[in-house]
Amino acid sequence: MSEEKAYALEIENLKVEYHVDKEVVHALNGISFKLAKGETIGLVGETGAGKTTTGLSVLRLIPSPPGVVSGTIKVQGEDIGTLSEKQMESIRGNVVSMIFQDPMTSLNPTKTVENQIAEVIRLHEKCGKKESVEKARTMLEMVGIPGDRGVEFPHQFSGGMKQRVVIAMALACSPEILIADEPTTALDVTIQAQVLDMIRDLKKQYNMSMIMITHDLGIVAEICDTVAIVYAGQIVEYGTLEDIFNSTAHPYTVGLFGSLPNMDDRTQRLKPIPGLMPDPTKLPQGCTFCPRCPHATEKCRTERPTLVNIGGEHQVACHLFKEG
Amino acid sequence: MSDVLLDVKNVKKYFKTPKGILHAVDDVTFSINRGETLGVVGESGCGKSTTGRVVLRLLEPTEGSIILDGENISKLSEAKLRSKRKEMQMIFQDPLASLDPRKTVGQIIEEPLRIHNIISSSKDRQKRVLELMETVGLAQRYYSTYPHELDGGRRQRIGIARALSVNPKFIVCDEPVSALDVSIQAQILNLLEDLQKQMGLTYMFITHDLSVVHHFSDNIAVMYLGKIIELAPSDELFAAPTHPYTQALLSAIPVPKLENRRERIILKGEITSPINLPKACRFASRCIYATEQCLHGEPELKEVAPGHKVACYRAESTDKT
Ligand SMILES: Nc1ncnc2c1ncn2[C@@H]1O[C@H](COP(=O)(O)OP(=O)(O)OP(=O)(O)O)[C@@H](O)[C@H]1O
Ligand SMILES: Nc1ncnc2c1ncn2[C@@H]1O[C@H](COP(=O)(O)OP(=O)(O)O)[C@@H](O)[C@H]1O
Ligand code: SF4
Ligand code: SF4
Ligand SMILES: [Mg+2]
Ligand SMILES: [Mg+2]
Repeated sequence: MSEEKAYALEIENLKVEYHVDKEVVHALNGISFKLAKGETIGLVGETGAGKTTTGLSVLRLIPSPPGVVSGTIKVQGEDIGTLSEKQMESIRGNVVSMIFQDPMTSLNPTKTVENQIAEVIRLHEKCGKKESVEKARTMLEMVGIPGDRGVEFPHQFSGGMKQRVVIAMALACSPEILIADEPTTALDVTIQAQVLDMIRDLKKQYNMSMIMITHDLGIVAEICDTVAIVYAGQIVEYGTLEDIFNSTAHPYTVGLFGSLPNMDDRTQRLKPIPGLMPDPTKLPQGCTFCPRCPHATEKCRTERPTLVNIGGEHQVACHLFKEG
Repeated sequence: MSDVLLDVKNVKKYFKTPKGILHAVDDVTFSINRGETLGVVGESGCGKSTTGRVVLRLLEPTEGSIILDGENISKLSEAKLRSKRKEMQMIFQDPLASLDPRKTVGQIIEEPLRIHNIISSSKDRQKRVLELMETVGLAQRYYSTYPHELDGGRRQRIGIARALSVNPKFIVCDEPVSALDVSIQAQILNLLEDLQKQMGLTYMFITHDLSVVHHFSDNIAVMYLGKIIELAPSDELFAAPTHPYTQALLSAIPVPKLENRRERIILKGEITSPINLPKACRFASRCIYATEQCLHGEPELKEVAPGHKVACYRAESTDKT
């Protein structure tokens, strides 16, 4: 790369442990990635891989105790570890917003939809009640909900509409970075298509950077520029869409694709990954994928592989691959 | 020769609600051949689970007949139904919610054997439970553990072993893999496929995951607001979706490939309420092809090609040559 890219987010060796009942959950074991301005990275992995923990870390919202965090996170070049709680407040919402998986965790059932959005706007901008409600209605229209329905309460909305309200709230202060944690998992595919379309349009309109957390490789193919495959708290493969989909390298990523039905041949048998992700309190000493990997050798059992560059931006953490 | 195991005719299930009568299942007709799978898809609330529960008579149908292996079960008395229940079982999406948390894995799988008095000696029952655990790929060491101590995939295996314990002919699988990670999902789907082959099982497979339903089903029924609006062999449905709703649904699947991306049909408009339904096509409020005719009558499910049925005026009139 000749030119320096402008990064919205730089994460360096992020580790998160949760200390519970004399056990240590190793949720993140040294995650590093950079997100260029206006780009979208997909974080893909199974339940418990550490995707949400990564998102919460960027907002400095890991509960402590039990959480213990180390590593550096820079938001627009600024190390958030050095910021006061007050400065962090202004980052949340103004610079970084997060959409949570379950819309109801972010919505208050006792307040009208427009008042909730207006409150968020007033928290981050100097404006009066009336003006903020007007802005809230504009936001609703933008996510495809008629502004006059803002006077309704969340329970009067369908799941897809609620999720769009949450997105409107997350976008209310036009953040630089949007973290979307499985924003469409709870939705029907037709509604999911609407929401993804909308996110894509808004992203373009505001030149937002985005972390898309998902377990759906189909969504990744549609929305992301780069992809990080997360396994047991570690990025095991990183690359552009082409790298990940057309030059799949890590045995875990290969296994993920093999687990999906072949749409061109329905009779083709699925090739699941045997076994389960390891217990994060008892991670294997060597490669964390070793117990499920068809290529595992003695070295894999004793030595944990780190990410190496295998061409362009494509990185893999696996002893089968050499730098170059 | 087709050998029909389940024949469902004009089944309706209405619920009384404070706002009026809710048409959860509104006149569905379909059949499933022995050893085959019918996939049922459609958006949340369209009546998939209700159809499954009515077919098993876990809910009383408001109208219609359900014939399982030649016997009309829609009219059976409670006592007769009880013995018929051995032939039809259900597997649920969230095994944890459907499994008694105070019972061990062994006790859960054993229960139907006891209730239906299939094996009377407790020693033989234990032997059978261990056999079943092996069949579904659960290690014997879990015999005395509790379901909440296990992961989602193993819990689903318990649900499957329990359903198999009574040697059923027919199983309704209601979103059996929706709560599982893809790698585990593939393990369970392969297991269900193997069991079907070994035991000649017939499945009704309810899901909202379209790539899974395509892989898993011989035929697929697409439901919309309580009605089957398209019914076709799996490959035919994906190659030639004909109802405008099916077309939108299939176009919305996020495909995990970079090539051959499809043009998306984004649906607009409000979903019609299942209460106080107008006498019109239920999809008209969101259909880009809706005409006057669609607002004044309800299209019926009609055959447009061999084995391929569609409920849409436009499909009836389009000459498919
Ligand atoms: N006991 C009940 N009383 C009243 N209405 C009900 C009852 N059970 C289901 N319904 C309604 O019947 C309709 C069909 O529900 P059903 O659970 O069959 O949908 P589904 O297709 O399985 O949806 P999902 O994909 O969300 O599981 C919905 O409108 C639902 O609200
Ligand atoms: N507050 C917490 N206390 C203890 N353990 C936690 C907490 N939050 C997450 N974990 C654990 O950290 C790991 C990663 O979790 P998470 O980031 O939520 O994964 P994902 O979002 O990829 O499903 C899991 O093992 C999870 O159980
Ligand atoms: S390092 Fe070894 S065990 Fe790990 S993924 Fe590579 S080959 Fe498999
Ligand atoms: S009958 Fe009319 S409104 Fe209904 S799906 Fe067909 S074209 Fe659309
Ligand atoms: Mg999560
Ligand atoms: Mg259901």
